[in-house]
Amino acid sequence: MRIRFDKLGVVIAAIAAYAAFLAPFATFRANRIVPGEARSILEALPATTGPLLLAIVVAGALIALLKTPLVLRLAASVVALAALATLIGVAGSFLTPAGNTFARISPASGFWLLIFAFTLLLADVLTRLNLSPWARVGVLVVAALAIGLLLISGQWNSLSILKEYANRADSFWAEGSKHVTLALGSLVAAVVVGLPLGILCHRVEKLRAGALNVLNIIQTIPSIALFGLLIAPLGWVAAHVPGAAALGIRGIGTAPAFVALFLYSLLPVVANTVVGLAGVPRAANDAARGMGMTDRQRLFGVEFPLAFPVILTGIRIVLVQNIGLATIAALIGGGGFGVFVFQGVGQTAMDLVLLGAVPTVALAFAAAIILDAVIEMTATKRRVETA
Amino acid sequence: MKAWLPSLLRLLLVVLLVAFVTNPGWFQPLLKPLTENGAPAIYNQGSLLTLTFLHLRTVLIATVAATIVAVALAILVTRPAGAEFLPLSRSLVNIGQTFPPVAVLALAVPAVGFGEKPTLIALFLYGLLPIFENALTGLTTLPANVMEAARGAGMTGWQRLLKVELPLSAPIILGGIRLSVVISLATATIGSTVAAKTLGEVIIAGLLSNNLAFVLQGGLIVAALAVLIYDGLSAIERYTARRMGQETA
Repeated sequence: MRIRFDKLGVVIAAIAAYAAFLAPFATFRANRIVPGEARSILEALPATTGPLLLAIVVAGALIALLKTPLVLRLAASVVALAALATLIGVAGSFLTPAGNTFARISPASGFWLLIFAFTLLLADVLTRLNLSPWARVGVLVVAALAIGLLLISGQWNSLSILKEYANRADSFWAEGSKHVTLALGSLVAAVVVGLPLGILCHRVEKLRAGALNVLNIIQTIPSIALFGLLIAPLGWVAAHVPGAAALGIRGIGTAPAFVALFLYSLLPVVANTVVGLAGVPRAANDAARGMGMTDRQRLFGVEFPLAFPVILTGIRIVLVQNIGLATIAALIGGGGFGVFVFQGVGQTAMDLVLLGAVPTVALAFAAAIILDAVIEMTATKRRVETA
Repeated sequence: MKAWLPSLLRLLLVVLLVAFVTNPGWFQPLLKPLTENGAPAIYNQGSLLTLTFLHLRTVLIATVAATIVAVALAILVTRPAGAEFLPLSRSLVNIGQTFPPVAVLALAVPAVGFGEKPTLIALFLYGLLPIFENALTGLTTLPANVMEAARGAGMTGWQRLLKVELPLSAPIILGGIRLSVVISLATATIGSTVAAKTLGEVIIAGLLSNNLAFVLQGGLIVAALAVLIYDGLSAIERYTARRMGQETA
């Protein structure tokens, strides 16, 4: 029998081999800001688990390298990822000298590359399995639960990022809820304003080019500048409009961040509403008119449901973009996970940067997967209904 | 609207932009009301012209690198030999887009240090996605009869790629580059939070010293650059599309 190689598997095996044998698995630092010392897998783990992890990685890489059934590849990637996730915690407690609270153990490039290699394998398997939208959300939920369990069990408590968290547990959740409120709140505001505006632009052709051009230009203003520029007008409103200050509108802080995110969100919502409505088949509109539907009935009964998947795509773009942009709000005192990122950059404490960056990426990633699934469901539902 | 009005506005914008970055002193009276306590109205910790130049250079390097890599990848996954990677590359691009630029920037710092390098990495990664996506669309939606004719004429794979596929998808690829440049122009300002020399320096100096004039001039220069470059690239795109005999919207 001829041995056949999987092309992607060659890439994965190469990354895994480099990461497992040449790159450092964990970094040991005597305190949180000094440069770290590299530790390989065998140095970072107890005598029993180190070889075990190496064996799992080699087996996983071999399964990836050869042409193997999808189920086996799925199992290999899940086992390898689970082993890596649990054992990095073991490395943390193994490397920390007893009773030392200043030492910081963090995952190093080898760990991240191994995670990347096996996530690549998992992503490939999941893509090839062609999962239904529900199944994809299910995979997301299972992954989130597994990570949640690891966090609750305290398995990772000896890692540097969680030591940073332990010092800031209260502000972490406060900033986190500010971040989510900013991203979601500005999205809701943009949908409330953008949908009617999009419908108006669709109906009134004269308005369309002008409105879209203005929104396009707003997108070109760099986010940090837009955040800054809103400080003055909002400060003026707070000082001169009675009741505004009581509503929490102030020059610095959450209000300018909210308005800036709202302005950035308008273009995708309005543009996708226009594109979606323009894409409604003429025949559907003619039929609706022939049935004697009024303009309003046609809008809500025919045009809107047909344009819905396209509008949802706009909402997905906005939500993912807002979750990322909300990190910038920290620069003008608006809070959010960006607080930790910028503090970390300022103190060159990378664990603190990670404490801000990892939840942001996780949120954006989860939002993208969930909304993609919803978009696909509405699109297929429509196809089934019209078939 | 008269046909010449947009061109006139564009010309006016170019003149204003050049005048502002070369002789910012002329505009001092306009910006003075935005400052408080006699703070300087024009950025005084460096020349605006140099910063504009460095800003454009950063974006240019990142975009050229991103274009080369993205187009090469798109070509690879649309060949029979790389077809296996097509679905995976699509989902990777989707995942890549969920990484916020600030996070990429901050995470690149420990690997390469402060300054221009982390900014280049973030811009490069962020620029890849739109170009790759458009190149993929361009290369996978070529008219079947044209491809058939090229094959029938006895063209080899390389000839088809260089003489038929790439020229035909050039307008769409250019569209991706345009999108990527506009995103990069704005994102490069964030690079100044990790000490890159870009126009973001002016904005951040304004935020830190509560000087609105700085924030405004930094933001407006970047926005003007983005609008002009967007227009210029759109024109090139229309030109190539016409040469390829395609109708543009």
